[in-house]
Amino acid sequence: MSRLQVVSGKGGTGKTTVAAALALALATEGKRTLLVEVEDRQGIAQLFETEALPYEERKIAVAPGGGEVFALAIDPELALLDYLQMFYKLGGAGRALKKLGAIDFATTIAPGLRDVLLTGKACEAVRRKDKAGRFVYDYVVMDAPPTGRVTRFLNVNDEVAGLAKIGPIHNQAQAVMRVLKSPETAVHLVTLLEEMPVQETADGIAELRAARLPVGRVVVNMVRPQVLDAAELEQIRGTPRTAFARSLSAAGLGGARRGGHAERLVDPLLRQAEEYAERYELEHEQRSVLGELGLPLHELPLLAEGMDLAGLYELATELRKQGMS
Amino acid sequence: MSPDAAHDAPRHRLAPARVLELDPLLDDPTTRIVVCCGSGGVGKTTTAAALGLRAAERGRKVVVLTIDPARRLAQSMGIDSLDNVPRRVKGIDDTAGGELHAMMLDMKRTFDEIVEAHADPERAAAILSNPFYQSLSAGFAGTQEYMAMEKLGQLRARDEWDLIVVDTPPSRSALDFLDAPKRLGSFLDGRLIRLLTAPAKLGGRAGMKFLNVGMSMMTGTLGKLLGGQLLKDVQTFVAAMDTTFGGFRTRADATYKLLQAPGTAFLVVAAPERDALREAAYFVERLAAERMPLAGLVLNRVHGSGAAQLSAERALAAAENLDESRIVDQHAGKAGLRNSPDTYGSSEPAEPSAPASPSGPGSPAEEAPTDGAVPGDEAGHEADTDGAGREADAGRAGVPAERSVDELTAGLLRLHAERMQLLSRERRTRDRFTALHPEVAVAEVAALPGDVHDLTGLRDIGDRLAAHRHELPEGGDGQSGAEA
Repeated sequence: MSRLQVVSGKGGTGKTTVAAALALALATEGKRTLLVEVEDRQGIAQLFETEALPYEERKIAVAPGGGEVFALAIDPELALLDYLQMFYKLGGAGRALKKLGAIDFATTIAPGLRDVLLTGKACEAVRRKDKAGRFVYDYVVMDAPPTGRVTRFLNVNDEVAGLAKIGPIHNQAQAVMRVLKSPETAVHLVTLLEEMPVQETADGIAELRAARLPVGRVVVNMVRPQVLDAAELEQIRGTPRTAFARSLSAAGLGGARRGGHAERLVDPLLRQAEEYAERYELEHEQRSVLGELGLPLHELPLLAEGMDLAGLYELATELRKQGMS
Repeated sequence: MSPDAAHDAPRHRLAPARVLELDPLLDDPTTRIVVCCGSGGVGKTTTAAALGLRAAERGRKVVVLTIDPARRLAQSMGIDSLDNVPRRVKGIDDTAGGELHAMMLDMKRTFDEIVEAHADPERAAAILSNPFYQSLSAGFAGTQEYMAMEKLGQLRARDEWDLIVVDTPPSRSALDFLDAPKRLGSFLDGRLIRLLTAPAKLGGRAGMKFLNVGMSMMTGTLGKLLGGQLLKDVQTFVAAMDTTFGGFRTRADATYKLLQAPGTAFLVVAAPERDALREAAYFVERLAAERMPLAGLVLNRVHGSGAAQLSAERALAAAENLDESRIVDQHAGKAGLRNSPDTYGSSEPAEPSAPASPSGPGSPAEEAPTDGAVPGDEAGHEADTDGAGREADAGRAGVPAERSVDELTAGLLRLHAERMQLLSRERRTRDRFTALHPEVAVAEVAALPGDVHDLTGLRDIGDRLAAHRHELPEGGDGQSGAEA
């Protein structure tokens, strides 16, 4: 099992939720995971129903079975100062650089430096060991940028190593790439059973593979329950409306006579069945597209009551059951 | 008549959100720019394209600027090739005299064009071949946002269209362009740029002695960090861009003012999901802080129901009645719950959270014809009150393959319950937003089962956008109205 688990996905597919559930799932008994956020949205804090996370690793949850989940929202500016201090003992120079506007420049305008800092920080957490020489975190789960940007984001150090051909930044960039391109890392993609996210997933996998970044699994999120199967839908189409009206009436929903309460339900219910059938068909197609990707597939249910903390634990349990952790 | 409204959950009526009317906005000749912003995956590009098409078919000369359209949508509009210029879209209804043009943003080319427009050829060539520039322009965080706004400024300056509809990049940073003038300003006025440009201007490192000691220490530090060669690339780039930056800033300032002007309307696009609406609230607040004109919220993919008078709880209870009565029929031949009078049943509501099982009891259905399993339709009107439809009971008939009508009906009711749960979740999410931002007008767009990839689909979305009615019922119960 790779120690750095990167979770990406098209916007709106719930990648932050899946990343958080995965961090919980991986925190089995005695294990410790770090959940890392890179996009300054405080999505983790909202999911775990805590106040906004500072730039600091703090424990946010105890997983089912007793493992611990820590979280970190990386602030690129603080990460840069951190980095200057850690590697070059340049705390003072960092402040001077800040005054000059150089830090601002570096983290917003300079190409890719922001992404270098974010990936660099995550890799540092992956490699960090305690005094006894054991890894501080068993797993690091990163809530990464969306599919369209993730390859470039992870590959930024390659680019930087090309730009800065020598010097410490060059060396640091190469060290990060060694982690990201090794079996130590797995990049998972979250999708929905809809055409655009599935297409984007397929494109994303091709891009990751072309950049020789290790592709992990595909997680289909928010899968709606199957209420009726294809045969039942077919049978519904062949059944007269009046039979449904009588059945609805028998169920206690009013009169089956034309204009009766039960009778008036028939058309809207059949229309909903038709919409369901259309979606069912589309989902079926998208499942087969995903099947052709040749990657392990996982499915997580849509939670009827919406996402909350209890739902997050439910998804974590589901991921464990499906062997993703 | 809603006989059972009395035992419904307590009603909580929120003031309904103001309805956003899009046709008057699109038809108004003083509306010159519509900007669609919102988080990823909410249908922003589709909304922008649908609005553009609708405005064009209502007689305006429109250009739609998209950032990253889905391949099939781009193909259907004929903008799948990246050439960074607007293309006329064929196949629209131009009887009202309108035109639709569309383009997909090419970030790098837009950046290159700015450089070429602002620097002499020699200097432009130096910038374009600079490795630092090449990385910057190829799309690091932020570049896309700046370039989208630059392109908007260019299109507006050409004054060839009455209406420009802009899609924005799919991230919170989509509003980063609002910071562009400020950020560029502080950078240009700052000491960093002097530090970076001085050595190059004065001929390399020899120039260092003119700088104070602190400055040279800084350059030393930067050199140590970046490596001498990268620092040199950066310095050459900044020096070469020096004049271009000025133009950049002027344009960023102009675009910012253009966005604040009365001819501009921002639309925040969202789906009725917690995260999307949280982002929408962020956009609304941010736009207000920048004094940008917000027209309203487009809420995509909203689910409605033609049978909203039947709650999820009652639908599930009815489905259980059907299951139970079948068992009762099988074991005792009793028809305890046959047709009911014209009021809803009073049985205990089922657990609202009880998920529908993937399929009913019994073995998988075979592809058998249903003829004969149920009585003919014609007989239906007369036999409307007494124990009809039992012939289809699979269990009693000993035909395990077929679902009985009651089983199918139970399935329809469970499907309806799922829809009603979705609907009430969407309503709660929307109400939370409108409670926080009652001033924001909302246009709700009914969900489609599939994706949109042609003009017909866009036209349909346009109709839904302009339908100015709420798809989700108002208030807390969804019972009243339909039965009256």
